Amino acid sequence: MAPSISTFRRAICTRVNASRFLASPSPFRNFSSSTEDSTPFTVDIAVPFKGHKIEPPPQVVETSAKELMTFFKDMSRMRRMEIASDQLYKSKLIRGFCHLYDGQEAVCIGMEAALTREDNIITAYRDHCTYLGRGGTLPEVFSELMGRKDGCTLGKGGSMHFYKKENGFYGGHGIVGAQIPLGVGLAFAQKYEKMKAATFLLYGDGAANQGQLFEALNMAALWDLPAVYVCENNHYGMGTAEWRAAKCPEYYKRGDYVPGLKVDGMDALAVKQAVRFAKEHALSKGPIMLEMDTYRYHGHSMSDPGSTYRTRDEISGVRQERDPIERIRKLILFKEIATVSDLKNIEKEVKKEVEDAVAKAKESSPPDASELFSNVYVKGYGSQVFGCDRKHSTATLS
Amino acid sequence: MGLSSIAYDLGSGLNGPMSISHLSSPRQQLAFSAKSCSRACITVRAADGNSGSMRAPPSTVRASKLVTNAVAVKSETASIAATKSGHELLLFEALREGLEEEMERDPRVCVLGEDVGHYGGSYKVTKGLAEKFGDLRVLDTPIAENSFTGMAVGAAMTGLRPIVEGMNMGFLLLAYNQISNNCGMLHYTSGGQFTIPVVIRGPGGVGRQLGAEHSQRLESYFQSVPGLQMVACSTPYNAKGLMKAAIRSENPVILCEHVLLYNLKERIPDEEYVCCLERAELVRPGKDVTILTYSRMRHHVLQAAKSLINKGYDPEIIDIISLKPFDLHTIGNSIKKTHKVLIVEECMRTGGIGASLRASIMDNFWDYLDAPIMCLSSQDVPTPYAGTLEEATVVQPPQIVKAIKQLCG
Repeated sequence: MAPSISTFRRAICTRVNASRFLASPSPFRNFSSSTEDSTPFTVDIAVPFKGHKIEPPPQVVETSAKELMTFFKDMSRMRRMEIASDQLYKSKLIRGFCHLYDGQEAVCIGMEAALTREDNIITAYRDHCTYLGRGGTLPEVFSELMGRKDGCTLGKGGSMHFYKKENGFYGGHGIVGAQIPLGVGLAFAQKYEKMKAATFLLYGDGAANQGQLFEALNMAALWDLPAVYVCENNHYGMGTAEWRAAKCPEYYKRGDYVPGLKVDGMDALAVKQAVRFAKEHALSKGPIMLEMDTYRYHGHSMSDPGSTYRTRDEISGVRQERDPIERIRKLILFKEIATVSDLKNIEKEVKKEVEDAVAKAKESSPPDASELFSNVYVKGYGSQVFGCDRKHSTATLS
Repeated sequence: MGLSSIAYDLGSGLNGPMSISHLSSPRQQLAFSAKSCSRACITVRAADGNSGSMRAPPSTVRASKLVTNAVAVKSETASIAATKSGHELLLFEALREGLEEEMERDPRVCVLGEDVGHYGGSYKVTKGLAEKFGDLRVLDTPIAENSFTGMAVGAAMTGLRPIVEGMNMGFLLLAYNQISNNCGMLHYTSGGQFTIPVVIRGPGGVGRQLGAEHSQRLESYFQSVPGLQMVACSTPYNAKGLMKAAIRSENPVILCEHVLLYNLKERIPDEEYVCCLERAELVRPGKDVTILTYSRMRHHVLQAAKSLINKGYDPEIIDIISLKPFDLHTIGNSIKKTHKVLIVEECMRTGGIGASLRASIMDNFWDYLDAPIMCLSSQDVPTPYAGTLEEATVVQPPQIVKAIKQLCG
């Protein structure tokens, strides 16, 4: 065993002790069992964290074979889903606004790995993958995108309004920055109900210049609310590059009195480490700001080609060097957790899943006409009232 | 007799200051005082030992039936003894009472706004509540309307029941995005997953020379936001009842108060009561003409009504209370009786509550009208500072009298 270990592998697992070293997978092991292996091992995080008024977390993160395989499969599913949405939009089955997340998958995957369903996540309109990460299913996504009644919000919300309350996913919001005060409200409720959970508020580099962000940050810091601000910096606010919109594009420093951390958002493991660190901070000391350095391959939305304000070379460069799925693939192959053909099979599986979901969603029907008027108000107020026109009468409002 | 002194204050009680010296025993005297007015302040220093229960607990004086009183319409079912009870207070105190009762009843109810906590509220509506319930339940926010309204909506999404106080309704324009898009629409866009049981309240309307920016009538801006309910209180009785109903409602409710009505005094029942958010109030029955009004204009209408009644007119006055949705049932029944309508509102002529109400009435009751619907509204101008000019922007009682004469002949 020992002679076949390369120095490169030794460099990767710097913190591993001797016994773990000996237990590393060899080329002759049975691969199917190793993909389920939950034995933890550590991985170095390539890009260093940068801290603002805080000591960054360690540059190593613990993971396992099982976790890496889950990352790969989930991210591939998300990538496939977004590509399928692109095709559906072009065939006019999805209308209106459609903001795609491909390229940024590592952020939501890393977050999910570090959080529980007790924690809340709230994001803006680029929410398809975040919804999937929070327990949403592919048919629900496609049905909602196509405006069918089996969609996650009954076909009445659309691309920008995905919610899953029971799993702590609060959406799904169309107005830039408006979700931030909502998120602080979620954190307020967690503190009010004395829950040991945090709220992660996601916003983009464009929203980072909104006043309400700072208003809400002030309140969160004032009352020590368990709110974590996560800026998904994909460097473009629709068509405007970050350096043209912000005097200070170092978004993790914008919190001023609130500590911040800059994270390589294309590295799911780095995101996991940072999010775990941030959650601990939020629960004990108050708000913290994370900046995820990430990138989106598509334009801002389907109506934006995405190439008028950035070069195709830039896009393909990022895809070659920093793609989150490729990174995990390389790590899996390097650690010999699975073979190239295994991973190809997973991709095929995921492609089929997505295709099946699309077919199922296409069969679903649009909402019933009566749904136009449902859920405007809540039925069943549940309280007895007395007529204020002085009649002695009681009624239960319905 | 054994009791050295009893000091009590029944306010301006219905029968004037009461004398109880004719009652024989100290226990009888004590019981009488307690029954008459549970808010009487009774200090008793008893010399003898047989006065066991010094003060009857308030719950025993609460009648089991709902008692209606304190309005012009006297119901023959209300007993004489019942109308004697109740306590007198000012409108802002009534709001506070309603708020306090609901906060005691449900721990999820919390208030947030500027200066609501330690300061006690700029109109004293939340006075004393922060000491009683703590800083987290009566939260002093920084001056950030957009964000703290958004925060309240976010908290409501998880199940809390926040009440947002806008120091002046006009300031809530800064929070319009949160109120319209998130507060009003989230129940719908989430397919019913979230309910937003938020109450947004604050004083609006034209005050005494407060200037244009502090004299706004936001009910006209909010009325078309789907998913919101809007009510306007005008007396201490309906203020308390509507506050309680709004807090208990699962829908977002905007409770429009008025700057000039906070010191209105009225006697309200001791028993717990909740008003209906969708029901209009019949203030005075009549048969000549239906006058529809709300908030401060109700009082201008009542003032005009005095001279109208002297001149022989018999107006039916309805305080619409519910600005969104309109109580077309009560309004319609009245129109079917009188066939003439005058709307008196404080909103501006363009796009106000009156404009919508007029359209609603025409849609539904066109066949019952004998004359075009008249609507008296404020002028379409920013409210000027000068007193004389400010008076001219809002509807005054003489204008109401003139309009009725024109309508009824």
